[in-house]
Amino acid sequence: MSAIAFPAPDAGILARRDSILAGLSRLVAPDALITSEDERRPYETDALTAYRRMPLAVVLPSTTQEVAAVLRYCSEQGVPVVPRGAGTSLAGGAIPQEDAVVIGVSKMNRILEIDYANRVTKVQAGVTNLAVSGAVSADGFFYAPDPSSQLACSIGGNIGMNSGGAHCLKYGVTTNNVLGVTLVMLDGSIVEIGGSHLDSPGYDLLGLINGSEGQLGIVTEATVRILRQAEGARPVLFGFPTSVEAGAAVAAIIGAGIIPVAMEFMDKPAIEICEAFAKAGYPMDCGALLIIEVEGSDAEMDAQLARIVAIAREHGVGTVKESKSAMETAAIWKGRKSAFGATGRIADYICMDGTIPTGQLPFVLERMDEIIKGYGLRVANVFHAGDGNLHPLILYNCNDPVEAQKAEDAGNDILKLCVEVGGCLTGEHGVGIEKRDLMTVQFNEADLHQQQRVRAVFDPRWLMNPAKVFPLEGRIAA
Amino acid sequence: MLHIPTTEAQACAVVASIVEARVPLAIRGGGTRSGLGRPDNAVSTISSTGLTGITLYEPSEMVIGARAGTPLKLIEETLANRGQMLPFEPMDHRALFGTEGEPTIGTIAAGNISGPRRINAGAARDSLIGIKLINGRGELVKSGGRVMKNVTGLDLVKLVSGSFGTLGFLTEVTFRVLPRPERVVTLIWEDLADEAAVALLSGALGSPFEPMAAAHLPAGIGAEQARTLLRLENFSASISYRAAELARLLKGYGRPELIEGRASDALWREVRDAAFFAGTQEAVWRLSLAPGNGPKATAAIARTVPDARWFYDWGGGLVWLAVPADGDAGAAAIRAALKPLGGHATLVRAPDAVRAAVPVFEPLSEPLMRVTAGIKKSFDPEGVFEPGRMYAGV
Ligand SMILES: Cc1cc2nc3c(=O)[nH]c(=O)nc-3n(C[C@@H](O)[C@H](O)[C@@H](O)COP(=O)(O)OP(=O)(O)OC[C@H]3O[C@@H](n4cnc5c(N)ncnc54)[C@H](O)[C@@H]3O)c2cc1C
Ligand SMILES: Cc1cc2nc3c(=O)[nH]c(=O)nc-3n(C[C@H](O)[C@H](O)[C@H](O)COP(=O)(O)OP(=O)(O)OC[C@H]3O[C@@H](n4cnc5c(N)ncnc54)[C@H](O)[C@@H]3O)c2cc1C
Repeated sequence: MSAIAFPAPDAGILARRDSILAGLSRLVAPDALITSEDERRPYETDALTAYRRMPLAVVLPSTTQEVAAVLRYCSEQGVPVVPRGAGTSLAGGAIPQEDAVVIGVSKMNRILEIDYANRVTKVQAGVTNLAVSGAVSADGFFYAPDPSSQLACSIGGNIGMNSGGAHCLKYGVTTNNVLGVTLVMLDGSIVEIGGSHLDSPGYDLLGLINGSEGQLGIVTEATVRILRQAEGARPVLFGFPTSVEAGAAVAAIIGAGIIPVAMEFMDKPAIEICEAFAKAGYPMDCGALLIIEVEGSDAEMDAQLARIVAIAREHGVGTVKESKSAMETAAIWKGRKSAFGATGRIADYICMDGTIPTGQLPFVLERMDEIIKGYGLRVANVFHAGDGNLHPLILYNCNDPVEAQKAEDAGNDILKLCVEVGGCLTGEHGVGIEKRDLMTVQFNEADLHQQQRVRAVFDPRWLMNPAKVFPLEGRIAA
Repeated sequence: MLHIPTTEAQACAVVASIVEARVPLAIRGGGTRSGLGRPDNAVSTISSTGLTGITLYEPSEMVIGARAGTPLKLIEETLANRGQMLPFEPMDHRALFGTEGEPTIGTIAAGNISGPRRINAGAARDSLIGIKLINGRGELVKSGGRVMKNVTGLDLVKLVSGSFGTLGFLTEVTFRVLPRPERVVTLIWEDLADEAAVALLSGALGSPFEPMAAAHLPAGIGAEQARTLLRLENFSASISYRAAELARLLKGYGRPELIEGRASDALWREVRDAAFFAGTQEAVWRLSLAPGNGPKATAAIARTVPDARWFYDWGGGLVWLAVPADGDAGAAAIRAALKPLGGHATLVRAPDAVRAAVPVFEPLSEPLMRVTAGIKKSFDPEGVFEPGRMYAGV
């Protein structure tokens, strides 16, 4: 695919590469500076692999001070910078450009402090999402936002994208769980925003940093909330004849005042793909599957489930299957969380991430089907049903440029549909380059200019991750 | 001059004319909290009271939207009729300020005004999912929308929440809502000293039993005896189970009394509204810090401000503090006490002269002050909206 443009590389910067590398080498340890083509290659893309650009250099600092020194240098030299965590962005948020230095936080991977009395932990930005929960799980605690990529993705990247996960219906997304960050700004100044307390003074900069996609500065440390695990958790599989009944059941459960920890939806193609991969015991005779998880003591879970099952029966549920063991629970979630990976085994795919008002679900599913069929493609649907965050996986063959273009066009049509029905382009994956040129569908010029003016407070010269989020045309000048 | 636009277009025109004339503009909702912050010197006022009405309510999508001047009371009643509520239990400032009038939903958004539930369910900013605002260019700007999962572009919603009108005039706001719990009970332990009480609250908040609110009222705050409060909200069957489990877990602190219904509601309203300090001449501060540091902060402050009184919400992480209003109203002593502990202090109620002389919000570091001034300018280049309301010169 090649539809999404990158800014033309600055020839002056390319010509000065040697002197820039020399400058960087004075600031960080020798093994922290990556210059050879072979070693730079792993950094030329992220999980949006259809696009790649070889960066000028990659720097992997070990301390906040090193990050500050590198940023200050790049700023002085007018060299663009692309912050990087684990490079799992599905939106191309971490894809570099030829004239940019990638600053990766992967070496900053220590847990700095665990404070159970105040229910917070302080970590470096390169710590993986799962490692945060891992560090406290033996003591009965966990970090709530759980993107399916949690084994690999970093807290810095989670903050960059304001990532969500299956359990966000009850516990919120990243921005609701981060209490403080250490942020290095482009000029090298290091600021502490927030801390172990619940709200910080002045404008809510923490809220602005979350989801800012590496455009405002580099996060090197974060203080996040940890929560006590429930006494028990039990996912239950509900097989419905079609997505329409499943969608109606979701609305009815919420309408009855029940908020399960998770409500995940899969359509038939997704069920088949995930079952083949994870052997999770998903019912195969249904058109739509809901995984609903409840929490609490055994008696509490029984009571809540009884209510949910009664509602599901009113909506024509076929199969109801409870997890009977920790192993079954793990398999059920493995199936769901590996949906993208499992899909990748059978075809190339692009993953959409639009959100819609849940009431629009039946209409949107039907329209989406028409769009996909119109392009002669196939789709597998998995999504967070409780909050309307859709993940249609559009299947295509990346060696066929015509089909690849069709997949991208179909994706764009679906995202436009999400906006038309009152939703948005992206619920948790971010804009990156992928949805950059669709921003004008959701926002008008005044909206976009106000965002860009705020951006300019941190980076007036468009040096921080400049190819992302805002359409290249019509940007406000410095 | 008071402007009361009744449409967004009129509001844009008002703001544009004010910007043209470069006169300071105050924003008013219900006028119940105008005693907050630094006293303003605005010569013109724009009121949201002409922009009212619920624009969107979908109970099964857990979302409500309304024009900014809509009375909070109407929102809460509308939600209650469908068994729902705002998740963050917004404080009512009328008791503390001795003001009248109806608080508006726009103010709740502009002030990020939350209450005891904040410890578990998040603040107003966590439930605010969409805004429309007129910036200091007279442009109508939207951010967010009506769905709760949304990371499209920079999150201006959060930036505006808590900006107290200094970034623009809100015309419409959209919040995520939650179902009302089937049953609510409060467990009360008596006679605990501050340190022990906060340890109790910490034990409960670190348990699987999910207290929705956790407060401590030292002796003399609302009653002779100290009271430590935990509130549970859930389905009825869960409540009985969880109350018993919590009592067992915390048995080292004595046996709790259980109250519910009106008595419980009234007690939490007093906590939410800091009503223990209503009608006095004292200055009132609000300290936000790590919960375990709450008692350390108050002990340090008591050594230099002998007449200080206080209570704790948010498990110890929110300290409401009343001190004599003379001099700097304890500002130097309070901020010095917080220095080694982290956290910050906001002066919520004090005579105008004090609020003009003392930084109402915690002073920011130099780089953050620069960012703050830059953000203000990015929304409001001529500096017309509530100039100096949050920080002098911003
Ligand atoms: C400096 C300061 C400190 C505060 N500190 C705290 C605190 O510590 N804790 C807390 O819970 N609350 C705090 N508040 C909250 C409080 O002031 C409320 O915002 C409030 O003043 C109003 O409720 P009302 O509807 O009666 O509005 P008013 O009293 O009429 O208006 C109050 C404030 O809300 C803003 N506002 C109202 N409507 C709009 C709108 N449509 N668009 C933009 N802005 C609007 C106004 O600019 C004004 O600052 C503080 C406020 C200020 C200004
Ligand atoms: C199989 C798979 C499943 C996924 N499932 C989910 C899911 O369930 N939910 C979800 O929300 N996402 C999901 N994602 C998307 C992705 O994992 C998230 O966006 C993740 O948060 C990215 O983290 P990362 O460390 O890989 O960041 P990167 O991809 O390296 O970077 C992401 C963005 O953050 C910026 N950034 C990175 N580090 C920093 C820093 N320290 N300071 C400032 N900015 C920084 C980058 O510039 C970039 O814009 C999935 C991805 C894959 C491949």
